[in-house]
Amino acid sequence: MTATTGPAPAPAAALPPAGRPGLLAQSRRNLAAEWTKLVSVRSTVASLLATAVVCIGFGMLTSWARTARWDHAGRLERLNFQPATTSISGVFLAQLVIGSLGVLAMSAEYTTGTIRATLSATPQRLVMYLTKIGVFAVVSFVVSLVSVTAAFLLGQAMLSRKHIETTLSAPGVLQNVVGAALFLVAVSLLGLGLAALFRHTAGAISTVFGLMLVLTILANFLPADWRADIAKYLPLNAGMVIWQQHPEPGLLGPWTGLGVLFGYALIALVAGAVVLVRRDA
Amino acid sequence: MIEIRQLSKRYGDTLAVDDLSFDVVPGKVTGFLGPNGAGKSTTMRAVVGLDRPTHGSVRVNGHRYADSRAPLREIGALLEARAVHPGRSAYSHLLFLARSNGIPRRRVAEVLEQVGLDSVARRRAGKFSLGMGQRLGIAAALLGDPPTMIFDEPVNGLDPEGIIWVRTLLRSYAAQGRAVLVSSHLMAEMALTADRLVVIGRGRLIADTTVEEFVRRASGGQVLVRSGDQSRLRSGLVAAGARVTEEPDGTLLVEGLESPQVGKVAAELQVVLHELTPQQASLEQAFMELTADSVDYHAHAGTGSGSPSAGEPIGALR
Repeated sequence: MTATTGPAPAPAAALPPAGRPGLLAQSRRNLAAEWTKLVSVRSTVASLLATAVVCIGFGMLTSWARTARWDHAGRLERLNFQPATTSISGVFLAQLVIGSLGVLAMSAEYTTGTIRATLSATPQRLVMYLTKIGVFAVVSFVVSLVSVTAAFLLGQAMLSRKHIETTLSAPGVLQNVVGAALFLVAVSLLGLGLAALFRHTAGAISTVFGLMLVLTILANFLPADWRADIAKYLPLNAGMVIWQQHPEPGLLGPWTGLGVLFGYALIALVAGAVVLVRRDA
Repeated sequence: MIEIRQLSKRYGDTLAVDDLSFDVVPGKVTGFLGPNGAGKSTTMRAVVGLDRPTHGSVRVNGHRYADSRAPLREIGALLEARAVHPGRSAYSHLLFLARSNGIPRRRVAEVLEQVGLDSVARRRAGKFSLGMGQRLGIAAALLGDPPTMIFDEPVNGLDPEGIIWVRTLLRSYAAQGRAVLVSSHLMAEMALTADRLVVIGRGRLIADTTVEEFVRRASGGQVLVRSGDQSRLRSGLVAAGARVTEEPDGTLLVEGLESPQVGKVAAELQVVLHELTPQQASLEQAFMELTADSVDYHAHAGTGSGSPSAGEPIGALR
């Protein structure tokens, strides 16, 4: 670091006139700013990589295990085998990684104080928030789709040793793969919304875990008839139908279920928006 | 140009800023003084729209901050030392700010060089010292080359060289015709840096004046006098209406008369003067006197019982 104690600071060499950008131009600038923020922190990039590693790794592990034990599998097990779902089962774990990343993308603004710089530069808080959601959703979808597709292809390569693999062109398989990626996007946006609502990393992450995992477990303790009515609307149960080849009976349809999960994410995002706009930063 | 009008900000039961009005005018460095918890930071946060005023308004260059779509071009703000992700480099921090306001990328390198951080621009800001973090905050404020600038305690954590650098920077920006608001606890620093002073205590305006006027008003016109016959002079001064106390070394401290009048009394009594010195309170003393009743730690003393100085703004513009 060199100290500059020299006298007059040079005025900026002719910045272009500021003018007043339209809402569209401002949104475009904010997309660039949010993109810069997302990719300039090692932990976000690491979390995106971790999402891929976990998704692919666990998919390969379960595919390998099924292949290794296939000769010992009973008739019913063979009948119910879901090659596509097996190869992308890492989504169960990846949802927690990318859900946490969704939380961090927003909560880090508050925990590090960056929010003050961010909002000083963009006082239109909703513009900032919506562009952040947009950038994050696109990044989340691309990473999820690549991870799930890679997990699928590598898993099928393993399953092919026992000739129990499937292909993307088989009925419903493409829907499983794309649906699993969208499922991950929904969970990551749920995390982002909860972080805007709580402004607190640990609180938001534990709420994501609670909503996605604990609720489903708790539902098992309900009386059977209640459970049948309630369980299918829980976030995990609703969202995972789309990447099951043989979903359990009594659940929602694949796209309806995914819609319900996105509905939860939307509620969190809107609640987060209300807090963002109304509360002092 | 910043215009603050009847600004109030309440957090729960605490009134952090209470009916505060003042201007930050172009071409001058306005020093913003007050004890801890007086409401300086809250006021500055309200200026850039981070806190919503409970009452009153703040206008920057004639309009509300929140209406500006490229506010970094209008006002540069250093609010707190750390508004930076520790995992992000100084360069990336400034780059995202620049992009959000349509400021070209080359300007980032320019301000980094200006604050002396160019060699560590790619290092994670979490590794920065307090002073380097402060320089990064200043770089962010300079980014849009704005006509108005606000700095909350900018010399915090800077070494003496850095302090001189900030002082020079603020003075030269004011000399270019920009409006500069700077808060500080360091009264002596303000005497060297500021043209005008806005003093607040417990969220209320105490003084809005020039540095010289502030000291003159606060010092209360005391005069030190030594002469060949102190006791005769003393009775003469008391007869003329002054309050006189004797210092340990025998000099007389006169209150209530200006030095020409003291000299006149001595001349009438034909007492030879050895010394006649008007006492100037230092900025530090003046500040302590004015804010003594509005320091937060004394809050239990009750409200409204302060000295007159706490209630009536000195030299207020309005």
